[in-house]
Amino acid sequence: MTLAVHVRATLGGFSLDAAFDAPSTGVIGVFGPSGSGKTTLLRCIAGLTRGTGTVRIGQSTWQDDGAKIFVPAHQRGVGYVSQDANLFPHLDVRANIAYAAQRARGDSVPPIEPIAERTGITALLARSTGSLSGGERQRVALARALARNPRILLLDEPISALDEPSRREMMQLIESIVAGSSVPVVYVSHSLMEVTRVADTLVWMSAGRVNRWGPVGDVVARIEFGRWRDNDAGVVIDATIERHDDTWGTTLLRSPWGPLTVPRDSRQVGGKVRVQILASDVSLGLAPQADSSILNEFPMRVLASEQLDAGRTLVRLGPRDGSAAVLLAHVMRVSAERLGLYNGRDVYARVKAAAVLGTAG
Amino acid sequence: MTTADTRAIALTVALATTTTVLLLAIGAPLALWLSQTRSRARPVLEAIVALPLVLPPTVLGFYVLVALGPLGPIGGVWESLGGPRLVFSFPGLVIGSMVYSLPFVVQPMQAAFRAVPTSLVETATLLGAMPFDRFRTVILPLSRHGVLTAAVLGFAHTVGEFGVVLMIGGNIPGRTQVVSIALFNHVERLQYGDAHVLAGGLVAFAFIVLFAVYSFNRRFDAARP
Repeated sequence: MTLAVHVRATLGGFSLDAAFDAPSTGVIGVFGPSGSGKTTLLRCIAGLTRGTGTVRIGQSTWQDDGAKIFVPAHQRGVGYVSQDANLFPHLDVRANIAYAAQRARGDSVPPIEPIAERTGITALLARSTGSLSGGERQRVALARALARNPRILLLDEPISALDEPSRREMMQLIESIVAGSSVPVVYVSHSLMEVTRVADTLVWMSAGRVNRWGPVGDVVARIEFGRWRDNDAGVVIDATIERHDDTWGTTLLRSPWGPLTVPRDSRQVGGKVRVQILASDVSLGLAPQADSSILNEFPMRVLASEQLDAGRTLVRLGPRDGSAAVLLAHVMRVSAERLGLYNGRDVYARVKAAAVLGTAG
Repeated sequence: MTTADTRAIALTVALATTTTVLLLAIGAPLALWLSQTRSRARPVLEAIVALPLVLPPTVLGFYVLVALGPLGPIGGVWESLGGPRLVFSFPGLVIGSMVYSLPFVVQPMQAAFRAVPTSLVETATLLGAMPFDRFRTVILPLSRHGVLTAAVLGFAHTVGEFGVVLMIGGNIPGRTQVVSIALFNHVERLQYGDAHVLAGGLVAFAFIVLFAVYSFNRRFDAARP
């Protein structure tokens, strides 16, 4: 199944001209700075904004101007969660979810309890929406979107308005929902780190255009440094679990750069996991280091580097065999100078920490 | 209080109730359209709706009389279809009152409908609600104070009308004689005692109604998150 979108829309002075045909099995991440047209793109998919062009999902055509087809938004069966939960203030939590269930796609009304359980809001069902915290509101919004029994789930910056702890919880919830259902998901965010956590396919947008789209690793490797927010820089790779070492409490992964040791993971040997490595957790040296506490060291080559601010430089590294698995490293500018990190220089990258995000699709 | 006064009060209540119910039914879709449209016709319609606010009731009454009369565009067609005479009758009063009270019903509803966040209406759309469903389940409940204000103002304003009724209804006790006209009759005949009863009653009624509306809106505001 694919989500094929070719839309143009003009709103005020802004114009959107976006096209991609992404596999809709798994998560399609849409990344771009604010004002790049991500929300307008989602609104065109949902049918809230009528641009020109075509929108197709699997066998269904939602818009095809050539064939004069435009399925109205209320018939598309879209589950939509935005930055603001948009809960109905005159209905309590249960009634908000029931609103969606009563109008759900298909013949039967989905029961509310199992959905509430999946989203962890069973205890909130009788509450009024005004008494909920930001994180709770987003959970309820997600539950309501699921109660629609949607054809596709559109998540527009679903965690952006939350504080840090709620963000983590909501992200985990989204990951578990994504893992446990076959509904295609489009996840929109201005944070690359956030989309790369969940996305299988990445659509990278700026100024109303799609710069590049494709498998998440391919696109991430080609995004310019300037696109990263400072604290955001990092890469995501898929790795395979090679073996567990219970004596030391570690798990050995096979990564594109070589063997990668992470804290003991609960998944089985042979399983695929997604691993995130932040640029701030990578340091560089010119020679391999035996007397270090760091386990993970890879021979790499400097591909490019860019000064972030007065003191720091962001370095892009690739494996020496020329393969695509890019690694990013933050180093002090003075170190970059001293090591002579010119492009093409062979270095050793030491990874202080690698976080296993979850099962890779 | 005379028998004629009692009948005038009953007639006034019946007139105000009928007018309010009909105006809510007609005014709601009009207010909804006005609150959502970007059409260029909107200011034209808004001006027409607001006209009764500024025109002397006698002007309105005069045109309604002409229109509803046996030779008028509405009255003529109505009577040629076999309808009973509209002027000097209760239905005629209702039509006149509807014109007279139109802005008092449409404007509060329009403002309340416009205040419902578009994002909530869009959310209902995405959850599968058709246009009338969205109006019934989202827009109307979220603007209930505006609808209540519209109903109360429409009712109270109709109770207080004089000029329009005088022009089209005349002064037939028990048929078209409303309280404000009965009051006028008392004063003409120097029956100041009876006039005081009706006038004082109207003042008390108007105050209670407005007090109720403002208290309700205050409580509503306080209850909002």
